[in-house]
Amino acid sequence: MSAEIRCASRHNTTFMTPLSAFLLLSIGSLAHAVETAIPARIEFNRDVRPILSDNCFSCHGNDPSHRKAKLRLDVREDALKREAFVPGEPGKSTLIERINTQDGEDLMPPPDSHKKLTIRDKEILKRWIAQGAEYQRHWSYEKPVKAAIPAGQNGVDALVRQRLAQVGLKPSPEADRRTLIRRLYSDLLGLPPKPEEVAAFVKDASPDAYEQLVERVLKSLHYGERMAIGWLDVVRFADTIGYHSDNPRNVWPYRDWVIKSFNDNKRFDRFTIEQVAGDLMPDASQETRTGSAFNRLLLTTREGGAQPKDYEQRMLTDRVRAVGAAWLGQTTGCAQCHDHKFDPFTQRDFYALGAFFADIQEPIIGPPEDGMVIGSPEDLARLAKLDAALGQSKNKFEAIRPQLEAAQMQWEADLKRYRVTLPELREEAKTGDAELQKTKKAAAALAKEPKARSKPEQDAVRDYFLTHGTDLFKPERDAVTKAQRERDALYTPLPKCLVTTSGSRRIVRILPRGDWRNESGEIMKAALPHYLPQPKVEGRDLTRLDLAQWLVSKDNPLTARTVMNRLWKQFFGTGLSKVLDDLGAQGEPPPNAALLDWLACEFMDSGWDLKHMVRVIATSATYRQVSTPTKEQLAADPYNRELARQSPFRMEAELLRDHALATAGLLVPKIGGPSVKPYQPDGYWDNLNFPTRTYDADKSKGQYRRGLYTWWQRSFLHPSLLAFDAPSREECTAERNRSNIPQQALVLLNDPTYVEAARAFAARILGECKGDATQRIQWAWQQALQRAPDADEMKTIQPLLNERLAAYRADAKAAEALLKVGLAPVPATLDKAELAAWTHIARVLLNLHETITRS
Amino acid sequence: MHPNTPSELSRRAFLGRTSHGLGAVALASLLSPSVASAAPARGVLQKLPLPQNAKRVIWLSMAGGPSHLETFDPKPKLAEMHGKPMPESLTKGQQLAQLRGQKLTCFGPQHAFAKFGKNQIEICGLLPHIGSVIDDICLIRSMTTDAINHDPAHMFMNTGSQIAGRPSMGAWITYGLGSEAADLPGFVVLTSLGKGGQNQPIAARQWSSGFLPSKHQGVQLRSKGDPVLYLTNPPGITPKLQGGDVAAINTLNRQRDAVLADPEIATRIAQYEMAFQMQASVPDLMDVSAEGAKTLELYGCQPGDGSFAANCLLARRLAERGTRFIQLYHKDWDHHSGVKEGIALKAQEIDRACMALITDLKQRGMLDETLIVWAGEFGRTPMSQGNGRDHHNKAMSVWMCGAGIQGGIVHGATDDLGYAAVDEIVTVHDLHATMLHQLGIQHDAFSFKFQGLDAKLTGVEGAKVIKGILA
Repeated sequence: MSAEIRCASRHNTTFMTPLSAFLLLSIGSLAHAVETAIPARIEFNRDVRPILSDNCFSCHGNDPSHRKAKLRLDVREDALKREAFVPGEPGKSTLIERINTQDGEDLMPPPDSHKKLTIRDKEILKRWIAQGAEYQRHWSYEKPVKAAIPAGQNGVDALVRQRLAQVGLKPSPEADRRTLIRRLYSDLLGLPPKPEEVAAFVKDASPDAYEQLVERVLKSLHYGERMAIGWLDVVRFADTIGYHSDNPRNVWPYRDWVIKSFNDNKRFDRFTIEQVAGDLMPDASQETRTGSAFNRLLLTTREGGAQPKDYEQRMLTDRVRAVGAAWLGQTTGCAQCHDHKFDPFTQRDFYALGAFFADIQEPIIGPPEDGMVIGSPEDLARLAKLDAALGQSKNKFEAIRPQLEAAQMQWEADLKRYRVTLPELREEAKTGDAELQKTKKAAAALAKEPKARSKPEQDAVRDYFLTHGTDLFKPERDAVTKAQRERDALYTPLPKCLVTTSGSRRIVRILPRGDWRNESGEIMKAALPHYLPQPKVEGRDLTRLDLAQWLVSKDNPLTARTVMNRLWKQFFGTGLSKVLDDLGAQGEPPPNAALLDWLACEFMDSGWDLKHMVRVIATSATYRQVSTPTKEQLAADPYNRELARQSPFRMEAELLRDHALATAGLLVPKIGGPSVKPYQPDGYWDNLNFPTRTYDADKSKGQYRRGLYTWWQRSFLHPSLLAFDAPSREECTAERNRSNIPQQALVLLNDPTYVEAARAFAARILGECKGDATQRIQWAWQQALQRAPDADEMKTIQPLLNERLAAYRADAKAAEALLKVGLAPVPATLDKAELAAWTHIARVLLNLHETITRS
Repeated sequence: MHPNTPSELSRRAFLGRTSHGLGAVALASLLSPSVASAAPARGVLQKLPLPQNAKRVIWLSMAGGPSHLETFDPKPKLAEMHGKPMPESLTKGQQLAQLRGQKLTCFGPQHAFAKFGKNQIEICGLLPHIGSVIDDICLIRSMTTDAINHDPAHMFMNTGSQIAGRPSMGAWITYGLGSEAADLPGFVVLTSLGKGGQNQPIAARQWSSGFLPSKHQGVQLRSKGDPVLYLTNPPGITPKLQGGDVAAINTLNRQRDAVLADPEIATRIAQYEMAFQMQASVPDLMDVSAEGAKTLELYGCQPGDGSFAANCLLARRLAERGTRFIQLYHKDWDHHSGVKEGIALKAQEIDRACMALITDLKQRGMLDETLIVWAGEFGRTPMSQGNGRDHHNKAMSVWMCGAGIQGGIVHGATDDLGYAAVDEIVTVHDLHATMLHQLGIQHDAFSFKFQGLDAKLTGVEGAKVIKGILA
């Protein structure tokens, strides 16, 4: 497989039919033509490191255990020591000889590695040596350098244009206002603008109309919801534990914390510290502790026979990968077993990073606790009081327990002696089913010797005895029941969230080859990756709080770049470095490195102000360009890496739902709360067990909430989200696929959510637009697309409407059936055939590529 | 598809309604599904490095972990040792699941074995139908795995990794080879429940596409409800109306494409066409009424009964239609207790069906190009857990059949007590490597760049093709 194909398939997963495969081929060859120009001055990071990393470092890199011929090529001094090359003299350099030899024995990379250098690669290496074989430290480990921006210019525009001038491209004109407001709403709110909002913006003659719009959008509470989606992917937020029985757990308040943090524009450094160490902060509060739920979002198990050491190791590695993915843009997973082959991250670094989390108190195997109770100070004070009262009444009960136990033994002995069966058994007819079951259970347990009874059997006998066998200490017993009832009445409905509690540390060892059974490895203290700037802490061990602060320290070269690179993708469809989860050697040096650096510096200089960065990007001329490419642009820059235009892309799974519900007028715009359950096909959870579960779709407002509130069942994610590439969130996901597959058509056509949205939208068309069919079509177009239909579109849609009307007038039952889909009431005033017919028009609109695409 | 079946009629109606509004390419694709959009999707491997013996794989996943000691690995010595302590030399320092910290006692095989075929291979006497085709089967008695709990073991068997998020083998294979199915998914998963009680959960990640493009994820075919999720038209929408809506959507998309020049639009149009075709082709696939009584008798199932046998019949129908990777889960092999009764029940559920699948494919000349794999996610302990057996990763039995695999042979062996594979040990990565090899794929050169690594189904530690079993 060639590098071109690999690259194309990773980043253009949407090209899939032969039709578009043809397009891909033609575009691919153009891309190749662009790539083949070799720069006159070779730059190590941009040109050489990717070649060496991909082809050589596996055996001649950072990992000593896999190093061949004692040669490493990732460090210049070592390479020179082993005489790999002679700077300035490619003709005398072994490296050049070995990559060009015809001798299969000597050829590098060796044929059995299945790696192959292209002619271009070889030429670059040759020129690099000729030019002196200079190295650079890997770009992302250097502190970002902030380019000077001429006063009054937007940094994004200045640096994009600088680069465009270098590659000989011209920026595109600004998109029309309708496109701009749709784009902005999609990117920042995840909702469509109302036609009135579009009209007002189109008419707004003030010179800063656009900037004002951006400010309005940034103030909307839906901004936090939109921004949360990407973060929830990257921290793998889900409602269930993940492994095996995949049971629910309480974490949704964390999701709301994320939304609120974005809305409040909580500074990103604070946002980070609360998540990693919200429990350890000097000003720890309910809010910061809720953020610390981050540490509990990993996969856990309740599987019988699971081994604690095994899962201790799984949880540690899960957490290291999470920090690597969410903040550092480093792939750390391989260092679980051996030093990273391409990056300087070692196995020691891996376990030392894991050791930061060794203080987290949690069940390694088994159900997690309910979590921290979230409530007002008054609620919490009352709960504490009720807990104390319950404790007291229980203590009193404990004091009398021996007497009760003695009484029970006497009672049991009497039953036996007088051969009395449990009285209710003789009067089956008089007791309810539940009571009878309890009695039967108690009777069965009584048949066993006390010592042979299981815990549930002991409980059954005791409960029976206390309920029916004795009046002894009844006031004391009733007091416990009452105290429990009162406490539960307050406790049960209050939200709870798994949070981090610090306690005694687990021992963390380096596990040789990642084998948790091997306890010979060195015990590790918490430490930060050795190749990155270290904090100045002396005389004490590092804590999670140190880690959190280090992640967002200005000396850390990775975090700001990683976060800005992901943010960029939200606004342009591709990261500045297109590999979002790897800023290491195997990632992509950003074609416009100065821009990513500038964004990272500006982000830090602004005090980690995310809204500021969003504003900078969203108000840039670069962001506001049209997304329709010219032929020249397509030829010169098929993947739009140089940003001489905007890019269109299909919206995220959650947003498709939001758009449909909003257009239909069904959306319930409530922010936050427990996760909700939209319609889901029957039997989709059949393969869950322990316990088996039925899916109870929400029956009222919960049915019409935004997509991000959907119950996230890791082992069986809601199928319509899954079809549109929402990740299962079992692992941290920095980058969602963006596929284009037939199942997506089936979802938009047939999922009751979308069918109901279509009929509700149709009811709006008929109810809110009083004109004739033509006017109604125009109105519908405005609602879904915020533009008028053109003549061709009218020509397609009008006959469709007429046919549908005829069909449903002839078949009232069919109309009836269609209008029954979903829970939303059907307006009684509307003609059913007409409503059914318009449902088709609405449905066609909701299915259009333009409707689901942000352009 | 037969002419004049409802799907054909609806397709014609669809064409009659829409042909004037469609562009040439789309029209061609509708008239002749094999020409344009619905042509079999090609994989990334344009030229295969190895001869392709297997065109497709049918993987029979026996979920829960079948006991090798009551199915395919006879151990008279274990019978002799029944009730005696398990030799500590074998078990010391090894992984245990639920038996951790307990006294380890030998538990003799619960069913008698019998000899079958030209080489008199011994398998459980409760599997006479499999025995009758043993000369087509290669039995591997030296299989091992890394994981000892269900969830990680399933993940390992399906993706070659115990970390969630990796592509499953079906996704890898359709990614590499594409599919020959014109209007059906290339990777299909079917599940059937056993009649026993221990239906261990399975997760969709077992057929996930992981970091590969989503179109390679396994599509579950269900015996109840929509066979494919969201396949059925909404109530009140006939196939004709559905076709008309799809045509209108595509027409409008095409008109917009003229303005926007977004290549995604052409793909979107093709996918709507494909979806509409699937709405006819999947019911056609699921409708086994055209199968003769003889065939139903061979499999021992009733149409649509959701049994493992019915799924085996569907597997053959999928194979005929060009689906690349067909995975059947049959659950309830987790016999911590009552292994004797449990295995008897399972044997009844799968014995005839496995034979039928092999026989049916052979009769149709398809066995030579179809690789069948029968495997659980791990084996079970020779030690007792009450009257059952615990999870075990050092020994299990699997079998392969068809597509250039030698029949009538046994590969590898466990020790006398069936505790550990000792001869010709096979790992999960070896099994995957061998499967890929038969498909014409060189396993160590078949990779996808993920997080900086050339990620492979067969992992980073190296795997070997089991050369000894190839014909």
